[in-house]
Amino acid sequence: MKRKLDLHPVSIDLSGVLQTTVASLYSHLVTRPTGRAVRVAIESQLAEIERTAMSLIDLSEVTVLDFSCADEVVAKLLQRFLAEDRPGEAFFVFMGVGEDHRHPIDEVLDRHALQAVVSDRDGIFELVGRSSQLQTEVWGILEANRSIAKVELDSVLPRPEQQEALAQLVRNRVAYGIEDGAGFHALSTVMEELRRGN
Amino acid sequence: MRMLTVPRSLDYKSIDQLFEAVASSGDEKVLFDARDLRWIDPNGMVNLVAAGCVARERQGEPPRLEIHEGEVAGYMARMGFFRAAEGVFDLSYRPPRRGERESDVLLEITPISSNSDVHEVVDRVQRRAGAILSNTLHYPASAVVQFSVILSEVCQNIIEHAEAPGWVAAQSYNWERRLGRHVLVIAVSDLGRGFRGSLTDEHSARFGDRWGDGTALEAAFIHGLTRFPDSGRGQGIQQIRKQVRRWDGLISFRSGTARIADVPSWDELPPMTEGLAEFPGSQISIVLPARVPDEA
Repeated sequence: MKRKLDLHPVSIDLSGVLQTTVASLYSHLVTRPTGRAVRVAIESQLAEIERTAMSLIDLSEVTVLDFSCADEVVAKLLQRFLAEDRPGEAFFVFMGVGEDHRHPIDEVLDRHALQAVVSDRDGIFELVGRSSQLQTEVWGILEANRSIAKVELDSVLPRPEQQEALAQLVRNRVAYGIEDGAGFHALSTVMEELRRGN
Repeated sequence: MRMLTVPRSLDYKSIDQLFEAVASSGDEKVLFDARDLRWIDPNGMVNLVAAGCVARERQGEPPRLEIHEGEVAGYMARMGFFRAAEGVFDLSYRPPRRGERESDVLLEITPISSNSDVHEVVDRVQRRAGAILSNTLHYPASAVVQFSVILSEVCQNIIEHAEAPGWVAAQSYNWERRLGRHVLVIAVSDLGRGFRGSLTDEHSARFGDRWGDGTALEAAFIHGLTRFPDSGRGQGIQQIRKQVRRWDGLISFRSGTARIADVPSWDELPPMTEGLAEFPGSQISIVLPARVPDEA
């Protein structure tokens, strides 16, 4: 990645947000009011950032995530930052996603026709939610290539429909496209670059 | 005063007899006669408390509950029945108070009226359910989280839809004669406005003349409708149903005069029953059987 990314990395430990904003004794992400409180706390944190935020939402300390809470802290959070009246600019990666989290996350994303990038406890990234076969394929190519420069686009994704699928993934904020059209980056690559201090 | 005989065996199948007796008593003063009670499960206990509340509301004072000291009453005490029944019934028997100690019960009768009650239920079940689910029911280790999610969602049903307090309880049993397997029974009951009351404003028009307790249950149970316009609502019940089916379990919702159920091959409950005795609120029953070896 040759260009400096104009992104502000934000790490959010969901278990920590739960205990500081809802109740220090709660250890599970259950119930809609709890999910709503955690989501609002995340929104407030991100609204204070002037640049686009690259938000790493960490679930590794969360044992139980129920459907009502997943609807708030995953689906509604994404919806808020995709809406025209969004509180700020942000990309999201959900990290530390275990088997027990996957089912509620998949279900709420599918219900709202949303997509998200998740990383499991081994650090493997995956596109989840409602995606077409073509979108899944193109997302996988971007992930494998890590980045695709504008000049490489026709060789890496030769079919117009592949390039349209990539543009849609960028609009859905599950891939990063640099604004002046220099190229596209997998969110895993963006995270890695930001960690290295780019 | 009318005497209401509590069935000798009070569980998810016989609870209708108790509701029918309460419904038919009108505004008469009643006495609940549980002296012949020989068996009671979480459904029996939470709904006996609910029936007592209904009678108390009607007659303006707690109805008498006659029950003998003995094995069944001892078990009910361990399940927290007498604590939950305090103020609901005029009790003929009160078990001796014991010091606080960790109980062998999976989940005692627990009142649910707030968000924090649901958190406490999930915390408690996370601590206690693992051994029962893996050692007794032979479920995979991950089942404890899925089980906690089921409890969380059914308890939230009370808070969000009933808008009235309710109770939850769970315990495992050996159904050697009935099924040849252990089972885990979850019971939830509330005295709120029921599914028809919750959904009428938003959804009754589309059902026209068919609208009633049965169609309201269909709307929530089959179609995932809620009174909220938000499309994220209503997932809880659908996801609970899916998980219970995966475990070959039984799930039933009773509200008003109807009951709807997902019925596994090992039970004979009809998928829909209408014309039951009117009872306020809603009652959820879940029975999860042990996994048989060839399912593993």
